[in-house]
Amino acid sequence: MRAPQWVLRVWPFVPIIGALLFTTLLLVLFGASPLESFGAIIEGAFGTQSKVLSVVAFWIPLFLASTGLLLTFKAGLWNIGIEGQIILGSIGASWVALNLEAPSAVLITLEIMAAMAGGALWALLVGLLKTRGGVHEIFGGLALNNLAILLTLFLISGPWQPPEGGSFRGTPPFQDAALLPRFAESRFSPLSLLLTVVAFTLVAIALRNTFWGLKLKALGRNARSAFLLGVSSEREALFAMMFCGALAGLGGAVRVLSWFDSLRQSISGNIGYLALLVVMLSLFRLFWVPLISFFFSAVLIGSITLQLRTQLHSSLGGILTGVLVLFVLLFGDSKRLGLFSDGGDADVRE
Amino acid sequence: MFESELIGVISSILLLSSPLIIAVVGETFTERVGVVNLSLDGSMLLSAMAGFVAAYETNSLILGFLGAAAVGAFFALIVAFGSIQLRQSQVAIGFVLTLLGDDLSAFLGQNYTRLPGPVVQKLPIPILKDIPIIGPIFFDQNVIVYFALLLVAFSWWWIFRSRPGLSLRSAGERPDAAFARGVNVKRMRYFYTLLGGALVGIAGASYSLNVKIGWIEGLTRGLGWIALAIVIFGGWSPVRGAIGAVLFGAAKNLATVLQPTFPQVSVVAFNAIPWILMIIVLVIVGSEFSERLVALAPKGMQRPLRRFLRVSPPMALGTELDER
Repeated sequence: MRAPQWVLRVWPFVPIIGALLFTTLLLVLFGASPLESFGAIIEGAFGTQSKVLSVVAFWIPLFLASTGLLLTFKAGLWNIGIEGQIILGSIGASWVALNLEAPSAVLITLEIMAAMAGGALWALLVGLLKTRGGVHEIFGGLALNNLAILLTLFLISGPWQPPEGGSFRGTPPFQDAALLPRFAESRFSPLSLLLTVVAFTLVAIALRNTFWGLKLKALGRNARSAFLLGVSSEREALFAMMFCGALAGLGGAVRVLSWFDSLRQSISGNIGYLALLVVMLSLFRLFWVPLISFFFSAVLIGSITLQLRTQLHSSLGGILTGVLVLFVLLFGDSKRLGLFSDGGDADVRE
Repeated sequence: MFESELIGVISSILLLSSPLIIAVVGETFTERVGVVNLSLDGSMLLSAMAGFVAAYETNSLILGFLGAAAVGAFFALIVAFGSIQLRQSQVAIGFVLTLLGDDLSAFLGQNYTRLPGPVVQKLPIPILKDIPIIGPIFFDQNVIVYFALLLVAFSWWWIFRSRPGLSLRSAGERPDAAFARGVNVKRMRYFYTLLGGALVGIAGASYSLNVKIGWIEGLTRGLGWIALAIVIFGGWSPVRGAIGAVLFGAAKNLATVLQPTFPQVSVVAFNAIPWILMIIVLVIVGSEFSERLVALAPKGMQRPLRRFLRVSPPMALGTELDER
């Protein structure tokens, strides 16, 4: 049976509807009104100007991390360690903010450089563990994520603890000159948006129009034949990791310098793991990344209002996005399901 | 006096590491047949929550474990269906399920946190428990420990010594050859992936039904990843995997013992031990570094040491089968 045209056209919406139905079911199970709950999420994301600005401010590091992941995914690497790379970025920026004194512009430049170096270093470790140590990047990355979290805890309860005594809450607030200039009374810094757009443009050009992008692609498709063609797999893999780590580190700087004003316990807010979902959902298509990461940001910020209003756990936002990605992975491609023989299979066989 | 203390420590290490042993053996089955179920961290959390809620509501431990096994098997079914039927990336599906299991356990379990619930009781085995040394370590424990130990022995025999085990391994090593010899590779992969998932579920419930205050958010977070790493360290063998799990338990135990002795060392440093161990161990089994270690050993020891340190995964691990 050949699929009718309209089926193919509405097919991409099936996972979206499926994910909404699943979360609706959960809400009903917990005796909450689905309409009211989804309303709370939407209002929590877009209800007032300050809420919209929060969504944008949360979106920026997520967008940065997703942009970096485009490079590592292209090279065929599962950079789960991005969570730790964001954290090291936060730590790098915090180190400058707490220890140096300089005019604001100099200080911010140094903070950003330290953050990018921190993220790149943590990514390099994952890369070296893979190329030299034979440790798959998933395991190396995961271990380093946890070590980064522990390093943060050590710093905020030890050397960087506030003068009133150590707790596991965070460092004292940074000096004003160290913080990114923010829009109105919000957590959104226009400068960080500018940097993000520049980063995304550079990555897009690198992937589409440069020889390096082509080499990464060859590496990702088939590492062995890329090697035989003269692509140094180790060098390109490490470069891709470090570039991604630097962007993640920049995201970490935005977290401490504009979302918060200090280094906190769960500084990354799971943004690294979310970014992996964003890129998977985009099916590696470049220009979907900003849109999807914005959508994720809106859902997650909106869920906070949901929790305040209905007392339901805010993990519902994570469930909605997770189920959406799962359904897209499983059912997004109608050809793979084998429900219809739409002629696409024949091409593959030849 | 010292001796009885040591026996006490060893038996408590065994008790603590039993759930991890069960998870490691479960994933070993799954990977031996050629499928990577990366969702362990999430499915263990969700099954720990589900097992506790089921046991709490029905006041039956058996239903708790069954419920947890069903949850673990269901997650495994999604991985199996996605990779075998739909030919999607096992890693991608497993990773999404990891995050989803975490969020689902937090949401679904939100009304059951910090509640006292049913607990698996100690069940000493008469006569056997009175054997010196061995008795208190192995036979004065609870059902979870007995199950873990029997599971290790049985699964080793099943995988390496039985006829069906040979088919199981062939499906993971050379699926096309196995297929040509009449092994139903797809069915085999479904079966063992689900079996492994069910065991992971039981492992999750073994955490939440082992202590009085059963479920708290993030109860087993991180342990699923540790289990996945131990499977590699164990060279895809249940016995070695179990040894790895016990060694990990011992290292954690050592940390809790040492902590009060060295109050000047930050708590954080002790919490870092598992992750540092994970990196070191994976480097040793995964790289040329093991050869350098072997070279240090006396001549007669080199061969067995090399056999111990070198591991290699099932050849078709993570790949799909093309039956066309």
